Amino acid sequence: MLSSTADHLFWMARYTERAENTARMLDVNLENSLMPQSDSVIEQSWLAQLKISELEQYFFKKYDAPTQQNVIDFMVVDADNPSSIASCLRAARENARAVRGSLTTEVWETENFTWLNLQQHLKSGLHKSNPSQFFEWVKFRSHLSRGVTFGTMLQDESFNFIRLGTFLERADNTARILDVKFLAVHGENGAGNDSQAEFYYWAALLRSVSAFEIYRKVYRDVITPSRVAELLMLRNNMPRSLIACVHGVVGNLKDVRNDISLATEQFAQSLFLELEQTSIETIQKFGLHAYLIRFLENINELGLRLSNDFLVPVAPDLTPKVSSQLQ
Amino acid sequence: MSEFFNEMFASPSVARAHYGDFERWLSEQPAHQVEQKRSEAELIFRRVGITFAVTGDNEGNERLIPFDIIPRIICADEWAQLKAGLIQRVTALNLFLHDIYHAQHILKAGIIPPEQIFNNEQYRPKMQGIDIPLSTYAHIAGVDIVRAGAGEFYVLEDNLRVPSGVSYMLENRKMMMRLFPDLFARHRIAPVAHYPDMLLDTLRSAAPNDIDNPTVVVLTPGMYNSAYFEHAFLAQQMGVHLVQGSDLFVDNDVVFMRTTRGAERVDVIYRRLDDDYLDPLEFRSDSTLGVPGLFSAYCKGNVTLANAIGTGVADDKSIYPYVPDMIRFYLSEEPILNNVPTYQCRKKEDLAYTLDHLAELVVKEVHGAGGYGMLVGPASSKADIDSFRQRILAKPDGYIAQPTLALSACPTYVAQGIAPRHIDLRPFVLSGKSVSIAPGGLTRVALKEGSLVVNSSQGGGTKDTWILEK
Repeated sequence: MLSSTADHLFWMARYTERAENTARMLDVNLENSLMPQSDSVIEQSWLAQLKISELEQYFFKKYDAPTQQNVIDFMVVDADNPSSIASCLRAARENARAVRGSLTTEVWETENFTWLNLQQHLKSGLHKSNPSQFFEWVKFRSHLSRGVTFGTMLQDESFNFIRLGTFLERADNTARILDVKFLAVHGENGAGNDSQAEFYYWAALLRSVSAFEIYRKVYRDVITPSRVAELLMLRNNMPRSLIACVHGVVGNLKDVRNDISLATEQFAQSLFLELEQTSIETIQKFGLHAYLIRFLENINELGLRLSNDFLVPVAPDLTPKVSSQLQ
Repeated sequence: MSEFFNEMFASPSVARAHYGDFERWLSEQPAHQVEQKRSEAELIFRRVGITFAVTGDNEGNERLIPFDIIPRIICADEWAQLKAGLIQRVTALNLFLHDIYHAQHILKAGIIPPEQIFNNEQYRPKMQGIDIPLSTYAHIAGVDIVRAGAGEFYVLEDNLRVPSGVSYMLENRKMMMRLFPDLFARHRIAPVAHYPDMLLDTLRSAAPNDIDNPTVVVLTPGMYNSAYFEHAFLAQQMGVHLVQGSDLFVDNDVVFMRTTRGAERVDVIYRRLDDDYLDPLEFRSDSTLGVPGLFSAYCKGNVTLANAIGTGVADDKSIYPYVPDMIRFYLSEEPILNNVPTYQCRKKEDLAYTLDHLAELVVKEVHGAGGYGMLVGPASSKADIDSFRQRILAKPDGYIAQPTLALSACPTYVAQGIAPRHIDLRPFVLSGKSVSIAPGGLTRVALKEGSLVVNSSQGGGTKDTWILEK
């Protein structure tokens, strides 16, 4: 297939996934902010949202303080923020529109209808009057997009590149969601917090990745940070875990193999093997934050390799037409 | 009543025979149901994304072309005559293009003054002597036809460059079948859905020699082009790649596209890009839409462009008056379709007539387009006419004049209910090994009362076009 077509499909999927994960991150913070705590702690947690997406500097160009309203406004509506939900859904739709002929009618209409619906929600101010409901809507549009892709698309290369976009973006986003806690309290595992607040934090985080019930089912025990990390990093059958995402990348890469992609395949495979062979104890010894940062760097490199091997190569000195979250 | 031909009614209360069933059906429809169907149509068009982009709109807004649910119906006999006339005309135009870029018999025979060709911006000297497959230049033609007077057909323009609108012919039909399946059960309406297959056949038949299974692509300027929907739609319907210039490259005079598995050869390019933008090495050097080296590959016969480069010389307003003579010259036949009588101001007697009758004529700049530099006599003030007179006198050979045609009208839904509105028709003529036409076309309608301007950029709408079978 055309490299440019594969590129659009890849980014369509990435942006759809990013919109979903932004909604998930904001939702968990919203839930946390309802807990009894001081205003400054609440602001700290909203600030962490910005840090995790590496958007702080852009935010403070426009806003004074990381209040809930400001951050939600910036992360949902702001057209200057390439990772805002509105920007992501617009980019997803624009990429879909560029290759609408390579999509089934259903996939295209889903992306287009999401974008049209978004205009209505933003106009009626749903993200302000009922942010939870708005985030729920974003998540379900993403579910629908994925479902209609699975249910209608021929499972050829187009499908592989869509899946590659989804897995890479999700791996990136899950790592960031896990790391947000570190940035919020400036200390691994939130040193100094009382255990009740701790429980609510990790419970909300699990819910944000649809993993609360799964955690109970897998561990049948109280919620501890290291098990949450284990579930979201090393559990192969957990669909949003790092290892599941990397596994998905490895499988789809194999299907689209070309003359120059072997090194990229090996790179992905080594990432997978490392996750498979390590343990949460080893990771904690290394430092969870440091581990996640290194993982994010590897995912970024994997994305660049993919672009160079198959898609429209990303020029190193130019801002990519679709900005990567890592600088 | 009115002085224009009404497509549906022979007299205020009597429908024409081929509209009889439809008129009965329409009169039985409760108003609220029709209203509901109309809003349903709009919703579907928006969701499917059958829109055209509005240039310079950063909000990403896209406009819908208004769709009218009352079809334009053409009976079998009239269509047979139209079809024969279109095939004859496009055949002659292709022979003319080949002749102009080769031996130029028609100039030597004195039928067309040579300066009319050589001073024409649309004439491409670089095409002189270049042989192309099947000697076909205009593979796809979108001929604009109007009815005037007592219902005679006239050709208004032969669009031989990159005519658009066929996707609306197909989508309007799909919409009508979705909204009113019962109407299709009551009429014998010729289907048009096979147009993409006909197009693909035509394109493949024009591939360079010795290629068994030619690779066809559609070349688009990109998603911000107003006709992007159509480009994507046709590529998808034909099952071929939709490419932009950046997807293609030329190596050793062969055209390739960049794919996820490396380079793949391209044989036929259905280009939806004007000549000027095709190859920055040969034409406009500032264009980033084209492919460097494409022209050279084309001249070597390694790739087919549809339409060919240089077709604009045959659909120019200054050449239009000669089309009936071309038909006589190349085919030894009398033209089946009328040309609109045209006065060429470069001729002394035509100039005199034009100047005497400015108040009733439409005067056009020979190379103008889009309604610029035009005088519509009946709609102009005396001062406008006088100032235009000076412009014509200063440069007579820059102008042609035509009578103001009373375009036929078709009943159409407007704010006040149903009222007649002026329409035209663009059938699409395909030339490959033979010349073929899908039974239908794009009917455009001027939604403003009295307006003769059907262009979508100026508030025109579209209708489904039915060709009734016997």
